[in-house]
Amino acid sequence: MAMADRPLTSYIQPGRQPLDIAGYERAGGYAAMRKAFGMSPESVVEEVKRAKVRGRGGAGFPAGRKWEGAPRGADAPRHRYLVINADEMEPGSFKDRLLLEAAPHLMIEGIIIGAFAVQAETAYIFVRGEYVLAMERLSRAVAEAEARGYLGADILGSGFSLTIHVHGSGGRYICGEASALFSALEGKRAVPRTRPPRSTTSGLWGKPTVVNNVETLCCVPSIIERGADWFLGLSRSATEGGTKLYGVSGRVNRPGLWELPVGTPLNEIIEEHAGGMREGYEARAVLPGGASTAFIMRENFDVPMDFDSVGKIGSWLGTANILVLDQKRCPVGLLRNIEHFFAQESCGWCTPCRDGLPWVERILTALEAGEGEPDDIELLAHHVDFLGPGRTFCDLAPGAMAPLRSGLKFFREEFERHVSERHCPWHDTAEGWA
Amino acid sequence: MSTAEHSPASAPLDAALRETIATFLRESETPRAAGIDALKAVQKRHGHVSDDHLAEVAALLGMTPAELDGVATFYNLIFRRPVGRHVILLCDSVACWVMGATAARNLLRQRLGIEPGETTPDGRFTLLPIVCLGCCDRAPAMMIGDDLHGNLTPERIDAILEQYR
Repeated sequence: MAMADRPLTSYIQPGRQPLDIAGYERAGGYAAMRKAFGMSPESVVEEVKRAKVRGRGGAGFPAGRKWEGAPRGADAPRHRYLVINADEMEPGSFKDRLLLEAAPHLMIEGIIIGAFAVQAETAYIFVRGEYVLAMERLSRAVAEAEARGYLGADILGSGFSLTIHVHGSGGRYICGEASALFSALEGKRAVPRTRPPRSTTSGLWGKPTVVNNVETLCCVPSIIERGADWFLGLSRSATEGGTKLYGVSGRVNRPGLWELPVGTPLNEIIEEHAGGMREGYEARAVLPGGASTAFIMRENFDVPMDFDSVGKIGSWLGTANILVLDQKRCPVGLLRNIEHFFAQESCGWCTPCRDGLPWVERILTALEAGEGEPDDIELLAHHVDFLGPGRTFCDLAPGAMAPLRSGLKFFREEFERHVSERHCPWHDTAEGWA
Repeated sequence: MSTAEHSPASAPLDAALRETIATFLRESETPRAAGIDALKAVQKRHGHVSDDHLAEVAALLGMTPAELDGVATFYNLIFRRPVGRHVILLCDSVACWVMGATAARNLLRQRLGIEPGETTPDGRFTLLPIVCLGCCDRAPAMMIGDDLHGNLTPERIDAILEQYR
């Protein structure tokens, strides 16, 4: 793709050293912000809505429609907040780190335009605590933007004012859940809240709040500058616009991230961009977008990687950071690793999640140790239903069950072998280096 | 690379640290919202947050020690027990697992002579597991202090450990 067709990564230099504000402006940065200030907030929302950007944190909610839900007008309650969810902790996902570390001014410009669109006067960037370099670079970029008058009161005479705070998390996966994130920012245990009300009605400190993912907001400057039609034209998908940061990890030749048209097929990403599997390894399945997405098996590797297409084959695009499972790692062991993560990161608020996930982990650990019982597979299937959508306070446990549900379907034989052979069929290589 | 010793955890918070926390409080929308920043500042200086320091911070935030401890113990990165000079956070999530995180953990256990959750007798290293570090294209990965190290191999792990005294 030409440079102009890579709105997310065109500002990123080799070595990931970020541009300072002068370099970013020389490369065309902050032009979209100036253009947005000449538009009405409503027309900015309309443009983003037409561009069909779907939430890049993994939920896939249309960004323009989310912005439309924010209260506006003279009677709307104030204060209003924009919260940037930079709490990248979905196992297997590493895309937001790249944008935060290597394109901090694109992030800031996206935030300014987004805050203008929803008329928020304060923005919080909620960064996971381990992203130390990202926090340093964001804080520097905020200071540079303040010094230029791009943040603060009455920005460039627009009448619009904005303050950005960078908050480093204390570290917990549940903070990525929007309502739990509010609890975290308020200095409480990060426990999710009841919905409704929606966060655009009652969010941070009970005020209207819009929460957007890092990559979602990084799409916005180019949409405003070049228009929704141009953005739609970048995509290979009819239902979604733009480009996407696709990632691949696992035993491929070139693990990494690539900005590609939305809807690029899975096998093309793995073969052409990640260089295919390492010699001696075969791809059996992938998790397409993090630990809370269902397996995609080889027969579906031609799926276009967009939310609708991946949804149609029973999985979910999630973060579109793909983990490849090869034939030399045990699918049950992989699921045990995933359920250990979810059991540990459960906030403990609701019983099915708090008690159910450790039980699931214990069963999988027993299977791996060759101590599984014939009923264990049915017990796991029971948990998949009991912890599924609608039974828990938030989406953590249903997300945890998505890979297990598909694993029980696609790897049934492997589960049964763990019981009948009284050991993990992969036990000889389970603790080896890649 | 950091070589700093932690200040004792028993002494009261010094004036500079109290002033740092006061700054967080001034910039915060509510006092308790400054809690994580305040605890992190204490931890940066003293290595962990002792009971005495927790009580001092709670008083500055207008919270009870129990309330603040409820917050502190919720989070993975606030340490309520003493740690070594260098905290190793070894990623134990799924992409690193595929790429050999179990082998990396076993090597670290062997080299350091400790189990995850423990500190070496000389106080040099604490070994902790951590959830996905977002470094999956360079798996397996770990952090030591604020530094990220990817593409771990036995040789690289040995060389990296040497950098931290």
